[in-house]
Parts: sequence; structure tokens; C-alpha cells
Amino acid sequence: MSTALQIEDVSKMYRLGTVGTGTLSHDLNRWWAMIRGKEDPALKIGQINDRTRRNPETENANPGSRKSDPNYVWALRDINLEVKEGELLGIIGRNGAGKSTLLKLLSRVTAPTTGQIKAKGRIASLLEVGTGFHPELTGRENVYLNGAIMGMTRPEITSRLDEIVDFSGCSKYIDTPVKRYSSGMTVRLGFAVAAHLESEILIVDEVLAVGDFDFQKRCIAKMREISAGAGRTVLFVSHNLSSIRNLCDKALLLVQGGIARLGGVEEVLSAYSTPNANQGLNVDDEGKNGFRFTKLWMEDETGTQLGRKVILGQNCRLFFEYECLSDTIQNIGFQISILDPFGTRLAQFSSDDFGLKFPPQARGRVCFALDKFPFAAGSVQINMNAFIDRTWWHCVGNAASLEIETGDFYGTNVIQKNSQAGPVLVDHEWISA
Amino acid sequence: MNVQTSPEVQERAIAPSVDRASVQTASQDDWTLVIEPKRSLLDLNLAEVWRYRDLLYMFVRRDFVALYKQTILGPLWYLIQPLMQTVVFTLIFSKIAKIGTDDVPPILFYLAGITMWTYFSECLTKISDTFIANQAIFGKVYFPRAIVPLSLVVSGLIKFSIQFLLLMFVTVFFVVFRGVSIQINSYALLLPVLILIMAMLGLGFGMMIASMTSKYRDLKFLLTFGVQLWMYATPIVYPMSMIGGGKWKYLIWLNPLSSVIETFKLGFLGEGSFSWMHLGYSAGFAVVLFFLSLIVFNKTERNFMDTV
Repeated sequence: MSTALQIEDVSKMYRLGTVGTGTLSHDLNRWWAMIRGKEDPALKIGQINDRTRRNPETENANPGSRKSDPNYVWALRDINLEVKEGELLGIIGRNGAGKSTLLKLLSRVTAPTTGQIKAKGRIASLLEVGTGFHPELTGRENVYLNGAIMGMTRPEITSRLDEIVDFSGCSKYIDTPVKRYSSGMTVRLGFAVAAHLESEILIVDEVLAVGDFDFQKRCIAKMREISAGAGRTVLFVSHNLSSIRNLCDKALLLVQGGIARLGGVEEVLSAYSTPNANQGLNVDDEGKNGFRFTKLWMEDETGTQLGRKVILGQNCRLFFEYECLSDTIQNIGFQISILDPFGTRLAQFSSDDFGLKFPPQARGRVCFALDKFPFAAGSVQINMNAFIDRTWWHCVGNAASLEIETGDFYGTNVIQKNSQAGPVLVDHEWISA
Repeated sequence: MNVQTSPEVQERAIAPSVDRASVQTASQDDWTLVIEPKRSLLDLNLAEVWRYRDLLYMFVRRDFVALYKQTILGPLWYLIQPLMQTVVFTLIFSKIAKIGTDDVPPILFYLAGITMWTYFSECLTKISDTFIANQAIFGKVYFPRAIVPLSLVVSGLIKFSIQFLLLMFVTVFFVVFRGVSIQINSYALLLPVLILIMAMLGLGFGMMIASMTSKYRDLKFLLTFGVQLWMYATPIVYPMSMIGGGKWKYLIWLNPLSSVIETFKLGFLGEGSFSWMHLGYSAGFAVVLFFLSLIVFNKTERNFMDTV
């Protein structure tokens, strides 16, 4: 299969703050450098994009580094990527990771600061549904308008008009002004136009969020059809991991403007849902009021360390240690919550249910024994909670994340796969009676 | 972050060339689209503009259909605007200020000027707002941005045609019912050329200002009253024959619109002036300005989304 899209060393820099007299001197500076044929001074000083930090300069002070200007950020930095024809690539990442910037560059809304993007065929982008819809025009007129904006010619639109209207499910309203439409109808009509574009590369950004469940399913089916049937390439950005999982074969994880992971969809999704760099089982806990968790690890029943990998149906022991130096604290209780990658709580275990209290200690150790590991969610997060006198005291979210491997849960020589039969397996028996 | 250490920077500098070599052997062939940080100044992409001509048609249609939706008089407003303005001009400039209009009835004189001037000034003001008014669409999808100014010129032309018909009606009315003698003469045949010059001037100035205001909007404030002042520097409310001689006349002929208006009035009202030199100056001015503005506009459209 040949390459449909090639991205080489693409970076994009943005300037923060407002445009005003202050920016004029910067502009003159850059312009002067350009006249003399020098490198753009701003390119040297940009910072990686981390929106959460106010002033990264003070926090990761790095002696000897070139002075960087916090007013310039790299929204994307040195992206290299190759997408094959007919591929369905999902793009994920936290807010601010550069997903939308990448799509904007691909759809030529703005130009890259450095680097090159090469493509075979037309690129149609669906960064928004129904771009250019005019509220006063009817649905039909807007289909033509929107189609033309997307690069279709009038005969092309006319020949596909019936299909588009059918797909949108708005045929009854097609001669009514779009301003009378519900938001769902507008989105459906917009997506219908885009889905019938004859472009070789289709870029879709989070647009399915508005349609109802039924329509979302149809969109996903349509995108599959586009990619499989017509051999066209689809790039799909979404925060909805399950639609990425449903749709894409490959995924790309962006972190702070760079490619963190590119590969099979499951692999990348689990990398994404794994909490920040918590690869081991070490709790990084600053504690609260003299109490903190210090250590966390897994063993199997024989005492062998397990790392982060657990097999379905395995008997496992979760050990943790805590430190409590305050004398005033008595009666410590613990609670462990298990969450799937999307943050849904699968189960919660509490020592209070067993009437157990733990004393304050400089190095207390607790073992939580879970026979037949039942969570088939691909990976799970563990949240640790501490209670003092039955009131909630301290919590470490994402204390650990476990990767779950398929296994013979029921002991019947049938390998249970992740998520195949729901996120939790329960031991049971079938008896012919 | 790899800007900090020099070895990594060097690595980066080497990597692309290696990449490119391998790419070229694999498929240097059929990239149909290459997106780069900068492109050559003269790469105007006119072929692409032509490919998107259907979009131009859709924009024109949208502007026309949507403008007077939910109004009772609809496109009649196209006629009411110039008529009202003509009445006001007649009152102020002819009745109160007693500015002569050669031998042409004032109403006709002003209507002719207003019809022409409105076309130019509306093109200019609307086009100069291209980037700011369309940032919602421009931020979401690519098409050659020049389509928008072009569509504005074309929709302006439709409006101009309607108002031009009005002018003809009023002329006929004056000739038939008032017995005024109007000699429409062969200079009227230059109308397409006049329109083309005006359209190019409107496009040229408009696209220049649009490009220049996408980041710093100061010029926008100048534009709003600048257009009004400009009208007075153009023989709209006075005939050229009223300007005696000397430097004022010279200055007004420097205005590329003057010869266009004068030629129009000569052709359709029989009063005005014409010289190939003046019209040639306007045409040359328009062509040069138009291409300059296309270059500036093309350069701006690549990145304006970041600063608009």
C-alpha cells in the first residue's frame, strides 16, 4: 500500500498574549532578521506547549540552556508521520497536545512554521460540521454551499444530493431554512455532505459528539465504508476512546506537541489511559497531615513480584505500605477502588467492611488479597483511599495502573479476552439440571 | 526539549535530507499537494481559484438570496438606497450649495455618480473586511481565500446592474416626460472597461487593506471615513468642468477613479470628459494594484488565522 500522506519535521509555533503595540516590536525584530537573511529569532526561543503551567521558565530552570521566551510556544514540534492509503488513523491526546493544530495544518487553515506536508489527492477536512451553513438558506441550498466550500463542484453535488439527504435523515425538512433545524439535524446534514465528498483523505475532528447514538453509529459505519470500500484515508480525532477503538486500526498519541506513541489502537489507547508516567507501582504521595502511602506492589500467591501485568483469573496480592507519624490519628481504614481506563469505577473494596482497623505506624504494611483477578477491562487504575475514624482522610488517585492479560478465568481451558464479556468476570457454574 | 543542546540540533539538521532522499526514490512522483511554511511570492495559485469557481457562484447566490430574506420589499431596497441618496444629494449640493451639474438635471447627475461610486465603495469596504468577517469559515476549511473578494465583486456587479437599469429608467423618464435632451454616445460602449477598472481597483485596495488589517486593525478606522472623503476627491457631486485648472485638477486626475466616473458620465449623460491618457492611467493603476494586492493577499492567507 502506498503512502497517502507524509509529514516531515513539521512544527508550528504560536505566540501567546494579545496583539497590540507590544507585539509590533517583536514583529519588526523578526522582519529585520528576515531581511538580513538570518533565522527567525522567535524560532530559537519557543517552549514546549504546556498550558497548565503558568510560567515554565521558573519551574524547570535549566542552567546553561538558551533563554527561552514564554511568549512563544511550540504547539507542534518535529512531527514525522506517514499514513498509508486506506488507513484509519485515530489521533488522541490531552487538551493542548496539538491535535487540532495538526489537523489545521493538514487542512491548510494555517501553514506550518517549519517542515513539509505532502499528500496524494484532495484533503477534505471536517473540523466542524456544516462549515459556512447560512441560517437563512434552506437545507438544500446549504448542501450546495457547504459542498462547494469543501471543494465539490455543482454537478458532483447534484449527483449525490439524494444520497446526502437520505443519509442525513432530513429529507422532510430539506426545503426549510437551516435556522429552524435542531442542532442535531444541522450536524447530521453537515456530516452527510462531508461523508459524500470525493476526497482521497478525510480529516474528522470530534464532530460526532452532537448526533444521537444511532447517528454516531451510522457515522462510524460510513467512515469504515469510506476507508475500506473506497480505499480512502481517514484521520479521526476524538476524546471518545471507544469510538476510536471502534473505528481505527492505528492510533497516534500526541503529548505536548510531539508524537508519544504510534501503533496499534489498543496499545496506544492503553498508553494514553495510563496515568502520567506511573509505569511502576510506586505511589508518589506527598501525604496529608502526617499520613502517606509509601509503597505499592503486586505479588502472586507464591510471593513472586508481578510488576504491572496481571493475568485474568490469577490469584494476586496487592501490598502497600503507609507511614503515619501523628499520634492523634487512630483507627485507620483503607479503601481500594478499581477503575477502567475511562474512569468508570468497576469495584470498591473497603477494610471497614471487615471491621479492621490499622494503627498508626512508621512503616505499616497491609496486604489486600484478591483471588481470581476478575477485571477484564484491558487495563485498570487503582485509587487508594485512607479513612480515619470512618471519615475520608486522604486519597491517591491513579496510584497504579495494571495491564491485564487474557487468561483462563473459569478454569475451563477457555481463554477469556479483555472486554469481551463485560469488564468484570464472576465465577459461576453451569449445571445441567 | 531539544532546542537546548547543540548535538540534537545538528541531528535534526541532518535528518531531513536523508529522509527526503529516501522519499524521492520511493515516490517522488505523485504528491498532488505539498504544504510548506512559505511559498514563492509569485505563486498565485490561480488555477486553484478557477477550480473553485462553483464556490464563487454559491457565495454570490448566498449573498443575494440571504440579504433580503424576511424583508417585505426585498430587492427593491437595491433601488431605494440610491434614490434616497440622490434626493439628499440634490437637496444639499444642488439646492443649498448650488453646485452646478453642467446641463444635466441634478437628479440624473447624482444618480449616475452614486451608482458608480456605490459599486466601488461597497466592493472596497466589504473586501477589506474579508479576513475578519470570514474567520469562522477560514478557520475551519481551506479554499482559495481569493474566492471571497471575487464573489463580493460579482455580487456587487449584480447590484450595480439593477441600479444601472434604474438609471436608464430615470434617464428615459427625463427624456420622455421632461423633454431633456440626453445624448448617449459611443463612449457608453466603454462601460465594460469602466466596470472592469472599478472592480480591479476595489479588489486591489480591498485586498491590500484586508491583508494589512488582519493583524493590526488600525487601518480599518481610517477606512470608514477615508471612503467618504475619497468620494469628495472624485467627481461625483461636482462635474470635472467646475474644477478650474492648476494643481487641484491635477490632484483629482491622480485619483484613478476620476477618469472612470467622467467617462461614464460622458457616455451616458453626454456631459463629462474623456482622454485616453487619463483612462489609460486608471487602467494601468488598476492592473498593477490588482497584482500587487494578489501577492500580498496570498502571503497573508497562509498564516492570518494565527493572528487575526
